Order: sequence, then C-alpha cells, then structure tokens
Amino acid sequence: MITITHYLALSLVLFTLGVVGMVIRRNFITLLMCVELIINGATINFIAYARHLGDVTGQVFAVFLITIAAAEAAIGLGIIVALVRLKQTVQLDQANVMRG
Amino acid sequence: MLDWMVANVVPIVFYTAAVLVVAGAAGVIWFRNPVHAALSLLATFLAVAGLFVLQHAEFIAAVQIVVYAGGVMVLFLFVMMLVNVRTLPREYQYVRSLLPVAVVTGGFLAAVVAAGLFARARLGAAETTALTAVEGELLGNTEAVGWVLYRDFLLPFEVVSLVLLVAMLGAIVMGRRDRREEDAGEEVRA
Repeated sequence: MITITHYLALSLVLFTLGVVGMVIRRNFITLLMCVELIINGATINFIAYARHLGDVTGQVFAVFLITIAAAEAAIGLGIIVALVRLKQTVQLDQANVMRG
Repeated sequence: MLDWMVANVVPIVFYTAAVLVVAGAAGVIWFRNPVHAALSLLATFLAVAGLFVLQHAEFIAAVQIVVYAGGVMVLFLFVMMLVNVRTLPREYQYVRSLLPVAVVTGGFLAAVVAAGLFARARLGAAETTALTAVEGELLGNTEAVGWVLYRDFLLPFEVVSLVLLVAMLGAIVMGRRDRREEDAGEEVRA
C-alpha cells in the first residue's frame, strides 16, 4: 500500500539532493538544474496532498509552481549567457567582481 | 506472475518511478559533463510525471512533460550549445572543503522533515471524486483543474502570467548584446 508518507519521503529525498548539489557544485548550469530538482520535490508534495485531502487546489498550485520554475530557468540561463560573455566561465567563484 | 503484477500495479509503478527519480537526481550532482547531467535530469522529470499520474493528477503530468521535458530541457541544452561548455576551462567537480557542509546541511534538513513526517499518525486518503468532478458532475481531471484555476484563482493566474512576461523580457534584455559593444565591433570592421 503506497501512502502519502511514501510520496513525502520521496519528495524529501529529491529536495535534499537538490540542496546538497547546490552546496557542493560550482557550475552555474548544474546549480540551476539543482534548483529544478528542489522545485520538483515541492511539486510532488503539492500533488500528494491534493490526492490525500481530495482537493484539487493543490494541483492548481502545482501549475503555478511549474510556471514559476520555467520563468526562473529562462532568467537563470539568460544570466549564464551574460556571464559567459563577460568572463568566459560558468564557474560561480570566478564571478567575484562584487567581492569586497 | 501476471496476476501478481496486476494486483500490485501501484507499488510497482511507484517504486520504479521513485528509483528513477532518485537516480536521475543523483546523476545531476554526479556527472561532470553538463549535457549528461541534463539528460539525467530529464529522466527525473519523466519519472515525476509518472508519479503524478499515480496521484490522479493527469493534467499536471501532461504539463510536467510539456513544460519541463519539452521547454526547460530544450532551454538548458540550447544554452549549453550556445556557451559551448567544452571550450571553457575544465571544471573541478566538487568544492572539497564544502563537502562536510553539504553533508551536514542535507542531513539536518532530511532529519527535521523526516521527524515531522513520521511523527504523525497515518491518515486515510480522502475520496478522489473532487479531483475529477465539476459541481458533482464527473468530467475529468483537466476540467476540474480548469474550473478551480479560472474561477477561484483567476487573480493569481493573471499575476503568474505577468511574472512570465517579465521573465521573458528580462531574458531578452540579458541575452542582447551591449549597444556600445556592437558599435565598437562595427567600427573595427569599418
């Protein structure tokens, strides 16, 4: 029997993997992918609770979440293109112009 | 064998998708080549869409495939092509000094959420009729989502579309070449 706990545990694993990836990787592109992992984990949570409570509102919020994730990806990749044009790198610690 | 599979179709699909999700997510962190990481991420997206189907969210599953696998993934691969990752200086994969920080952060996060998760008694799931019905009439998941989205959440929906517009404008502005840079290039050519 698959209960909501299974889904919440899976979304927890996905979220944690995303956070760990954001901490240890320094490639900007990989970092954006980790953000997508985190947002996907949150979406699984919304969908699991929509099913659990028998309320479609959770699914509506999942739609919003996916939209925001797409917007975030577009902006982030725009930043990557600008960064590469400026510094010829996607390593985040090379982008240290504002370091005091 | 077949009878067993039919009887246990939900756990089989769930655990297959769950393994794919976790393996794909681990691959995103693991692979050095960003293209491999992106394809690994694609596996995660598709498996998550499968989980949505299990959870009576067929419309969201379709949106997930169209937007993530179709849109976001193409965007990622396009930028990698544009940037041409291979010509860039070789990346060191991990920041070694941050590895303990990552383990502590991830472990703490997992422990806190897991404690909250398993401390609660298991509750039975509600009926699924609300996920497929509009005002008592059984239509489908897409109709149910559309009904709530355009009636109860019309204002948030419009705000989100505005956010998308702003993001699009921002991406265009950032992707454009600097005006002075362009002029300088032309002068050099002349």
